[in-house]
Amino acid sequence: MAELFVYSEKIDTARELVAGGVQIASSLGMTVSAAALGPNAGAAAAELASAGAAKVYVSEDPALDGWPADAVAAALAQIAGQAGAAIVLVGSTRRGKETAPRLAQKLGAGCVTDVNSCAIEDGELIAGRYAFGGATVAREKVTTPVKVFAVMPKTFSAEGATPDAGKVVNVSLTLESKVKVIDRRAKEGDHVNLDAAPLIVGVGRGFDKREDLALGDELAAAMGAVVGCTKSLADFEWLGEDRIIGLSGAKTAPDLYLGVGVSGQIQHTVGVAGAKLIAAVNKDKEAPLFAMADYGIVGDLYEVVPALIERLKSV
Amino acid sequence: MDIVVCVKTNPDLQMVRIKDRVAQTDGVPYKIGDLERNALEAAVVLRDAVGGKVVALCLAEGNRKAAEDIKYALAMGADEAAIVDDPATVSLDQAGVATVIAAAVRKLGACDLLLFGEGSSDNYTGQVAGRTAELLGVPQIGYARKVEAADGAVRCERSMDDMLETVEAPLPAAVTVVSEINEPRIPGLMHIMKAKNKPMQTWSLADLGLEAPAPVREIVSNLAEEQDRKHILFEGTAAEQADAFVNALIKEGVLGR
Repeated sequence: MAELFVYSEKIDTARELVAGGVQIASSLGMTVSAAALGPNAGAAAAELASAGAAKVYVSEDPALDGWPADAVAAALAQIAGQAGAAIVLVGSTRRGKETAPRLAQKLGAGCVTDVNSCAIEDGELIAGRYAFGGATVAREKVTTPVKVFAVMPKTFSAEGATPDAGKVVNVSLTLESKVKVIDRRAKEGDHVNLDAAPLIVGVGRGFDKREDLALGDELAAAMGAVVGCTKSLADFEWLGEDRIIGLSGAKTAPDLYLGVGVSGQIQHTVGVAGAKLIAAVNKDKEAPLFAMADYGIVGDLYEVVPALIERLKSV
Repeated sequence: MDIVVCVKTNPDLQMVRIKDRVAQTDGVPYKIGDLERNALEAAVVLRDAVGGKVVALCLAEGNRKAAEDIKYALAMGADEAAIVDDPATVSLDQAGVATVIAAAVRKLGACDLLLFGEGSSDNYTGQVAGRTAELLGVPQIGYARKVEAADGAVRCERSMDDMLETVEAPLPAAVTVVSEINEPRIPGLMHIMKAKNKPMQTWSLADLGLEAPAPVREIVSNLAEEQDRKHILFEGTAAEQADAFVNALIKEGVLGR
């Protein structure tokens, strides 16, 4: 049986890909395998093997330290070749998105990056991704025998995967990286993780000045939400870059996104379109965010937000 | 140091309208992508620091005015431009574009550093740099927010999902840049005038010894999403609106859990 083969350097994403891969593979009559690469790959492999991958290929080759694109692409190409993989799913993190096209080129394969939906039609995997700056969704299929898809984190849920006792296979690879890591450090800022936040308050240009964002913080605290922002607020340096939601920042999928003073430009809303519920507070009733909102309040945020904070005290 | 900046022109997204879920691009002017401007700025600054030459390389991809649009790169400070303009490049996929770019880079001869934006403004696939690097057999460094070159190597600070990395690779190498690397200059009239006299070459695929690359992917559809949302607006005073709003969110199960 042909293999569907998944890889991400991020274990959470790898688990999602295993779970999603199992569903796709069952429709296409394939088996699911995974790769775990780099230092401590053994531990990740054990986890993936019990998460539903029938086989997990492991390499802790030192060339994979730091996951440089050239060595990771070479490793995945060698494993995919040995395994006879027909479909490769790579997590579309920055590292994954950098690696997938190089891997595809090595395999003579077509590739789709930033995939955020998958469907099976007539026995073919159809991958959806944003196009035209987020204005449209392109549904694409790869026409080469081997197909590479870089799939966005959280496209699939790791929950509900059938645990299985997969086989861990150590592989010996021929690898070299010309890229040398000199230094590595955590990004400055307060390290908000918008990807994982169940509730998000998005703040935008409706706030007149930086100090006023305290109002947004207070609202978020009252809801138990995390604050994200439009790119323009980060450009003003009112908030850190890791707060940006949208094309140039996080693509979120919370249970609720509440945009406050956010007009709803497409560059921002591609990052919230995956929210289960969208809500908006804006004084302009023509603001595009209302057109994609479940719940809305047309009103001055400087009046509405304090009222919301007051009401939330009794929740 | 010979730097080649790969510059894509795409329809000005601010002017693309959606009609019946289809993006309307007829008559929309093209412009150089935002991240490509960052890459050009980085190239010009680097050349000014270490000497050498900057070539702006562009595939017309159906932009009839590509030769006109690429003059902006020359006005920004690129020394030369090269355009691949061929009817067969109109609907190339990323693998095809990389094949053409790799051939054009080989034809240019000297290239120490190949610079790209990390993705194009329109479709942002981020595929061309990695594919081109593989075709040319050179290392790649993605998401650079700082680029320096010395002693036959390029050193970059790159912005990853949750960390900053300083990495080094021997030249020749391919590097993609992120928007925070710089603020691209806006060329003045003098530079725009001077750009007209800078050398520009135009090649067909045959000039590069290529036939039209075979497609490796197919776009099944490309439509604006249909929104399926509730569109409930709350009326009344701020307190009344807040009350109804919070009640609705409690009922949805997202508050008061």
